[in-house]
Amino acid sequence: MLKNKFYAKFLIMIGAVLILSACSNSGDEAMTETPTPVEQTPEPVSTPEPMAAPVDMVSQESLNSSMGGSMSEGDMVYFAYDRYDVDASARSVLGAQANWMKANNVNVIVEGHCDERGTREYNIALGDRRANAVKNYLVAMGVSASRIRTVSYGKERPQGTDNAQNRRGYTRVN
Amino acid sequence: MKLLKILMLSLIGLISAALPAHAVIEIDITKGNVQPLPIALTSFVGSGDEMTSAGSVMEIGKQIARVVTADLERSGLFSAIDPRAFINSGNAATAPQFANWRAVGAQALVTGTAVLEEDGRVRVEFRLWDVLGGSQMTGLRYFTAPQNWRRIAHLISDAVYKRLTGEDGYFDTRIVYISESGPYLDRIKRLAIMDQDGYNHKFLTDGSYMVLNPRFSPTSQEITYLSFYNDIPRVYLFDIETGKSEMLGEFDGMTFAPRFSPDGKKVIMSKAERGNSDIFVLELSTRRLERLTKHSAIDTSPSFSPFGRYVTFNSDRGGSQQIYVMDSDGSDIKRISFGQGIYATPVWSPRGDLIAFTKQTGGKFYIGVMRPDGTGERILTESYFEEGPTWSPNGRVLMYYRKYPYDNQGGGGETQLWSIDLTGYNERQVITPLDGSDPAWSPLMD
Repeated sequence: MLKNKFYAKFLIMIGAVLILSACSNSGDEAMTETPTPVEQTPEPVSTPEPMAAPVDMVSQESLNSSMGGSMSEGDMVYFAYDRYDVDASARSVLGAQANWMKANNVNVIVEGHCDERGTREYNIALGDRRANAVKNYLVAMGVSASRIRTVSYGKERPQGTDNAQNRRGYTRVN
Repeated sequence: MKLLKILMLSLIGLISAALPAHAVIEIDITKGNVQPLPIALTSFVGSGDEMTSAGSVMEIGKQIARVVTADLERSGLFSAIDPRAFINSGNAATAPQFANWRAVGAQALVTGTAVLEEDGRVRVEFRLWDVLGGSQMTGLRYFTAPQNWRRIAHLISDAVYKRLTGEDGYFDTRIVYISESGPYLDRIKRLAIMDQDGYNHKFLTDGSYMVLNPRFSPTSQEITYLSFYNDIPRVYLFDIETGKSEMLGEFDGMTFAPRFSPDGKKVIMSKAERGNSDIFVLELSTRRLERLTKHSAIDTSPSFSPFGRYVTFNSDRGGSQQIYVMDSDGSDIKRISFGQGIYATPVWSPRGDLIAFTKQTGGKFYIGVMRPDGTGERILTESYFEEGPTWSPNGRVLMYYRKYPYDNQGGGGETQLWSIDLTGYNERQVITPLDGSDPAWSPLMD
């Protein structure tokens, strides 16, 4: 499903490029023409298929990967500086996490982390915001809140020296 | 109080002055970069050299003079004259020959003795002399178990500091802090305690779980801090005398950023509910939790004013992290920081006149102070990263921690404790056995 969505987006992009080139080719005349509307047909998000052999999504192994160890794209989402909103790329990762949780009977812990350019106490609070933003998204996608525990480590558990990589939410099997 | 009993430490009282005391020397510590006062300290050698349970009494006397010298020098207000320049060693039994002390440039002189008593205790006496005026300024006598000689030295430092500056000292104090070790991806963070000069260092937790942000009780031998014991971040209380710790109340949400009220009866802290942190105050006797703020923003790092009437705290309710002050019932919230950048970790001075803070702007971090109404902002120090100021009990010195940048070889990132005078001078590293962060100064120990 994720692949299909990506493919749909790709088609829209191609469409846009074609329209632009059509405009430049037809000169002034083309400016008065009504451009053909590009029809976007978003994939339904409400009917996720159960995934048997996940590729884009979280496997049990990666969820079990130890804290600070090798990073798996499927269990980690990233945040902007001093922000805790779940952006589009995080939503796709969390959507897959939610599907996987619905297909597997496990509980998870969501860790909230921050970069090291801030004070300890504020970052403990910010990490809690991030962990809860992840939890809220999973709950909105249909995962029971009782299956998700959150914990904030503030800036105390960096996974590298890159600030952007440290502003993260990490989901692991409890 | 309990500690005092344990130490069996007693102060007999002022030794009467032989000469009338007219203080002609005095240090004004409110001015920046004050010229250090030249002071001579003689060894506290008494008549005998008996063995005590903590070494020979003569050695104890020598060590006391060294510790007092180090205390006074570290304050930046005194420069000790090298004992090798002394014309006479200063026999404490007689009045000093002031001309000989004037000749070596001393303006103040400390003489003293350490003598073993029949009951096994050590008797320590000292006198502070005004060399130019030729008079005794103060004199005190102490009795203690021999192994407590360091505390006597710090008490003498405090007495000298107080007599010459007019303000209480801060030498008979301790620092609780977070000892850090290990690679930056797997830091071990332990609660540790030491005397303010780095001696008598002790780890209070074993490092199997992370602890942060310790704070001393103003009235008891207790520390409140954030512990990740069992991977559940909560505020704890640690009893230094028994070594026991307990969680402060079992609430649904995470509790953090604790700090005692000035009377020691409450702990103010943040509690997070579903990602939202507000400020609460917990009464220790009843474990009742009272809410002070209710806002969708982050409210954290609360600190009481010295008489408990106000609370300063950190909030991003205005869109960025700033410092606020409110009444201690949570009413009348006012923002006080308006400078460039963001502000955090406000801590009220024990004198009440200033709030110390961490500031972040232009990729750097700063420690500064401002008045409780937000005026008079003054930056004391800056670096790549520093935060978390704590006040000496007399409100004259700030301690904080610094973190150094990582290098590209996977090194760097060290953390160190530093201190600086309120005047912005006398910045120096506070040496710890391993890396250190989150220092918290104890009150004077008596």
